[in-house]
Amino acid sequence: MAAPTMESTGSSTTPTQTITIAKGLNNALRNAMERDPKVLVMGEDVGKLGGVFRVTDGLQKDFGEHRVLDTPLAESGIIGTAIGLAMRGFRPVCEIQFDGFIFPGFDQIVSQLSKMHYRSQGKVKVPLVIRVPFGGGIGAVEHHSESPESLFAHVAGLKVVSCSNPVDAYWMLQQAIESDDPVLFFEPKRRYWEKAELDPTAEHLPLVSSAVLRTGSDVTVATYGPMVKTCMDAATAAEEDGNDVEVVDLRSLSPLDLGPVAESVRRTGRLVVVSESPPESSVTSEVATRIQQECFYSLEAPVLRVNGFDTPYPPSKLEEGYLPDLDRVLDAVDRSLAY
Amino acid sequence: MRATSEGGADLVQLLTPEGQRVSHPDFDIDITDEQLRGMYRDMVLVRRADREGNALQRQGQLGIWVPLLGQEAAQIGAGRAMRPQDMAFPSYREHGVAWCRGIDPTELLGIFRGTDHGSWDPNETGMSLYTIVIGNQCVNATGYAMGQKFEGKVGNSGDDPASNEATMVFFGDGATSQGDVHEGMVWASVYDAPVVFFCQNNQWAISEPTERQSRVPLYERAKGYGFPGIRVDGNDVLATLAVSQWAMNEARQGNGPLLIEAFTYRMDAHTTSDDATRYRLDDELEAWKLKDPIERLRAHLLREEIADQEFFDRVDSEADELAARFREFCVNMPEPPPERMFSAVYAEESPVVAAQREDYLNYLAGFADSGHDTEGSVR
Repeated sequence: MAAPTMESTGSSTTPTQTITIAKGLNNALRNAMERDPKVLVMGEDVGKLGGVFRVTDGLQKDFGEHRVLDTPLAESGIIGTAIGLAMRGFRPVCEIQFDGFIFPGFDQIVSQLSKMHYRSQGKVKVPLVIRVPFGGGIGAVEHHSESPESLFAHVAGLKVVSCSNPVDAYWMLQQAIESDDPVLFFEPKRRYWEKAELDPTAEHLPLVSSAVLRTGSDVTVATYGPMVKTCMDAATAAEEDGNDVEVVDLRSLSPLDLGPVAESVRRTGRLVVVSESPPESSVTSEVATRIQQECFYSLEAPVLRVNGFDTPYPPSKLEEGYLPDLDRVLDAVDRSLAY
Repeated sequence: MRATSEGGADLVQLLTPEGQRVSHPDFDIDITDEQLRGMYRDMVLVRRADREGNALQRQGQLGIWVPLLGQEAAQIGAGRAMRPQDMAFPSYREHGVAWCRGIDPTELLGIFRGTDHGSWDPNETGMSLYTIVIGNQCVNATGYAMGQKFEGKVGNSGDDPASNEATMVFFGDGATSQGDVHEGMVWASVYDAPVVFFCQNNQWAISEPTERQSRVPLYERAKGYGFPGIRVDGNDVLATLAVSQWAMNEARQGNGPLLIEAFTYRMDAHTTSDDATRYRLDDELEAWKLKDPIERLRAHLLREEIADQEFFDRVDSEADELAARFREFCVNMPEPPPERMFSAVYAEESPVVAAQREDYLNYLAGFADSGHDTEGSVR
């Protein structure tokens, strides 16, 4: 696949600012709502409270109760009514409060949302975004720390993306809202308060594209969402051992843009794929399979994976062991290099 | 509540099973002779297409058919209460509603022959595509109705009250056990959405009777959501029309949602794959035959001299023509080309799907090179 080209940003004069991921998402929603009166925000507690993570903070105050809907508490209802609104020409952005709560809405996503366009051969468009704060590391109770993205990446007709930093949060959410396809938007909840410089006039990548965040010559690490920071930290630590690690942020999990990963693996000969999700039949499985098919003669070592485990998400006192950390990533890098 | 019961004292009826016009204090209706004849014609034609669908399945031309037999009055009464700007969200048995939305019966065939998932345009016809997962459409319909309200298409008086809109969603008695029906009603209620929930209680959810779904009459559930529920004789097209018109007008005027339970009976099996003789008795079927919706209106038309034998003959011959056209269309439907499998998965094409299409078409082209018949290899 050709390298993605940067998208132009127009002539906004907003100055560069330091923002968090949460603020990037908030600004993205605000921009989208200002630009298009058909954009709605809906979900549990998104209005007066501003969402349990305050991502929708202040939007209801400025856009009103008909643009920012505090809904009854039922996920199938949130997603199902949003589908109807989208069929009517609205562009709803649903918030699912926590990853583990998306399953009451799974039926609507899989049976209706993903299939409307195909079923109608394009006569019905469902431009719907479902925002899902996902992943662990916040010491929460059951159903608040899961990584269900692979379940959705497996479903034809859905786009599944995950941002890892404030700049991507800002651009990717606006792109997701502009997309005529349904998008599952996975937000790394434990990174909501990570900061970065955002220059709204700078160029940015298209939604479906992976990004090389750090170049290196020895091992390629491909990852996404909350694990990006962990892998970047691991790459910095690997330097002390004299290992030069390249890090690719996948960004779009379905469809995957594996061009930059393959290009990287052809140089390094080694790939480690990292995510918090259980490994079996996951996004990491898909990356590993396709890279070994495409780069078989370049590989010096089998593609290795670092994941959570094929267990339900454990009680929070055990999550430190469940979640891939810097040491587990470094261990995989070392094992790859040892072949 | 049993299938053979009369539907209870609250049942709204305007035509007795013998075709005699009766009055109802709340639901009188102004209707012309022409409209009555039109609804008779609707029911006869829809039943004829339905019977042809059953026959085509038996002859191996359709993979499956979902019979409408017995529910013509419920669907024509509801369907004729809709205006062009209204929106219908069907389940999968709504051939009569489709007819009222101007969808030619031949457009239903692809779904059951396996060439498409429904070929009509929901935006042009005002009817969404069939929904097969039970109850899913109830929340979708409510969302659509919320959109009608948000766009200010509800409760307008003054210059153009005819521009008001509402949504009608169709589901069965079995669906009322699904969470989505409940959630649809909760949302409709709290957002005052202009949606009419039209439940066709045909007494059986495949083999499960209504008492497996509820211990109260289904229409009474509406009270719990805070909107009116009403039970109408679903084999009485006049009563169904009157109640549906009232409900749709209420919704269009901004008075919020309503539930209609059309008390009717599925005279055939659930689908052509079902064997209804395993779970229901002949007595029940015989009792419901006496309430047949078409015979009932026909008796009324004759009794009141609204139609003569020439009219009935003309409708019958029109039904013959429709059946012949339906059959011919079915057997001549072209097979979809292999690339159709990959078409319109996304609005913006996925590179992954594009690559799979290319690989598959190349694979098929390989058979062409070796002299194999590609047509035969892609089934």
